[in-house]
Amino acid sequence: MGMISKIINWSRLKSPWVLHFNTGACNACDIEIIAALTPSYDLERFGVVLKATPRHADVLLCSGPVTKQIESRLVRIYEQMPEPKFVVAIGSCACSGGVFNGCYNVAGGINSVIPVSAYIPGCPASPKAIIDGVVKLLRSLETKERKSGGKK
Amino acid sequence: MHKYGDVIVPIGPQHPALKEPESFLITLRGEKITASSVRLGYNHRGIEKACEERTYTQGVYLIERVCGICSHSHSTAFVQAVEEIAGVEIPARAKYIRTLIAELERIHSHLLWLGVAGHEIGFDTLLMYTWRDREVVMDLLAKLTGNRVNYGINTIGGVRRDVSVKQKEEVLKAIDTLEKQTKYYIDLATKETTLLKRLQGVGVLSHEDAISLGAVGPTGRASGIARDTRKDDPYAAYGELDFKVISVDNCDVYGRTLVRLGELIESFSLVRQVIAKIPDGPITVRVPRKIPAGEVLSRYEAPRGEDVHYVRSNGTEKPDRVKVRAPTLANVQSVSKMLEDRYLADMPIVIAAIDPCFSCTDRLIALRDTQTKKSNTVIWETIRLKGIEWYKQQGVDFTALNKKLSKKLHL
Ligand code: SF4
Repeated sequence: MGMISKIINWSRLKSPWVLHFNTGACNACDIEIIAALTPSYDLERFGVVLKATPRHADVLLCSGPVTKQIESRLVRIYEQMPEPKFVVAIGSCACSGGVFNGCYNVAGGINSVIPVSAYIPGCPASPKAIIDGVVKLLRSLETKERKSGGKK
Repeated sequence: MHKYGDVIVPIGPQHPALKEPESFLITLRGEKITASSVRLGYNHRGIEKACEERTYTQGVYLIERVCGICSHSHSTAFVQAVEEIAGVEIPARAKYIRTLIAELERIHSHLLWLGVAGHEIGFDTLLMYTWRDREVVMDLLAKLTGNRVNYGINTIGGVRRDVSVKQKEEVLKAIDTLEKQTKYYIDLATKETTLLKRLQGVGVLSHEDAISLGAVGPTGRASGIARDTRKDDPYAAYGELDFKVISVDNCDVYGRTLVRLGELIESFSLVRQVIAKIPDGPITVRVPRKIPAGEVLSRYEAPRGEDVHYVRSNGTEKPDRVKVRAPTLANVQSVSKMLEDRYLADMPIVIAAIDPCFSCTDRLIALRDTQTKKSNTVIWETIRLKGIEWYKQQGVDFTALNKKLSKKLHL
C-alpha cells in the first residue's frame, strides 16, 4: 500500500465526517444524535465531526422510517456522497420501520432504499448505543482495511 | 412574474440550517427576503390512520411517537381524551406524576431550544453549554420513567410508574443545579452583546398579526398574548398549583427567548410544588378495553404551544378517528410574516425561534397554489380512476367484470 493511501485511510478512520439526515423520524433519535455529539457524551473525541453537506461526509447517519416523500431525496443525498461511504441506521424505525411499519406513507427501513453498514436499535437509540455503534463500525473498517491491504 | 433581480432560493429538505426535513422557497432581492413559502409533508408517516388500526392502549405508544421532543404532551393529550370519553377519573397521584413529567419535559425542551438558537446564530458554545446542562434533566427523566425520550409513562387510566421518596430527593437536587444554570443563561441573554445584536428586532410579529395568524405558545406569548392552556383550561394537577403565565411585548426573537427562559424558572417552581404536594394513593384505575361511543377534544400546553387532540370512538376497542393539531402547525404560518424584509442570514434563527417541530406538524399534505387558488389535493375519485388505469396497464381489466357484477346486483 502506497504512502498516500495509507495516510488517506488513517485519516478516514481517525476522523470520520458524518452527515445527519432525518428521513421521517419522530425527532427523538435526532436529538439523541446531537446529544451524543455534545459534551457529556462527546462523540468528537473519536474524531467524528458533524458536517452540513453530503459532499463532505463519509458516514450518513439516518434516523426514522423512510417516508414516501423523502425516499427520492434520500437516494439523491446518498448519491452525492463521495466513495467510500457508509450508512448507519439509528433507531428501530431506521432499522426496520419500527412502530410505523405498515403506515401508508412509510416505505420501510433505510435498507429498503439504500444499503446500510451498521444498525443501532433502540427507540430512541441512546447516545451510548450510538457511540458504541459508531466505534464498532470504525473497528470493522479498520480490520477490513488491514485484510484488503488498504484497497477499497 | 418575478421582476428582474429576484432570485428564488430553495432551502431544504436537507439543509445545514434546518434540523428536520422541510423545505422553504425564499424569494430574494439582493440579501433581502421578499417572499417565502413553506412546504411540509416530508415527515408525514400516517400516524392518525395507523391509530385507527390499533387498540387504544397501543395507540398511546404510537401517539407518543408523533414527536420525540414533546412525546409526553401528545400522549397525555390523547389519554386525557380517551379517559374523558370513558368517563373515568384518574387518581390524584397519577395527575401529579403526569404534571411532574410534563414540567421536566418542558425544561428539557426549552434548554434544547436555547442551545439550538445559539447554534443558529453561530454561537455554538451556548449549544454545548445548554446541552451539557440538559443532560441533568435527561438523566432525571430516565430514572423516573425508564427512558430518556418517549417515556411511556402514560397509560389509559393513570401512569405506569410511581415516584419513590429517594427519587423525589434526586429531583429536588437536580432542579437546584438547573435553576442555578438557568439564572446564568438569563444573565447571559440579557447582557451579552452578541446575543442581543442577533436577537433584538429580528423576526418581528406584531400583536395583531400574532392574533390573526393564530400564534400559540411562546411565539404568541412573546407578542403579548398571555394565553396558556395550563391556566385557561387546567388539566392534570395544574388547577391546584400556583404559577405565572410569562408574556412580554417585545414581539421579536429576543422576546421569545425571554419567555422561554422565564418559563424555565416557573417550571422549576412547579416541579418543587408537585414534589411537596403529591398525595399518596394508587396510580392507576381500571379502564374497560372497549371505550363507549363519543367524541372529545382535549387540550394540552406543550412546550411549543397548545396541542389539540380530537378522539372519536364508536364503542369498540379501536378509535374511530384521531386527529392531532400540533402547536407548530399554528405557528408556522407566522414565519412568512416574520421573514418579510429580513436578511437571508436571519432566516435560520427566525425559523428556529418558533421552535418548529415538523414531525408533529406533518399530519396531512394539502397544498394550495395562492396564485391560481387551485388545490392539488388528490380526491378519492382520482385515486380510484388512477388505480383502474394502472391495473389496465398491467393487463388486468375489471371493466367487463364490473359490468357483470353491477348487472347481477341490479337483478
Ligand atoms: S426509533 Fe423510536 S425514537 Fe427513533 S425515530 Fe423511531 S419512533 Fe422515534
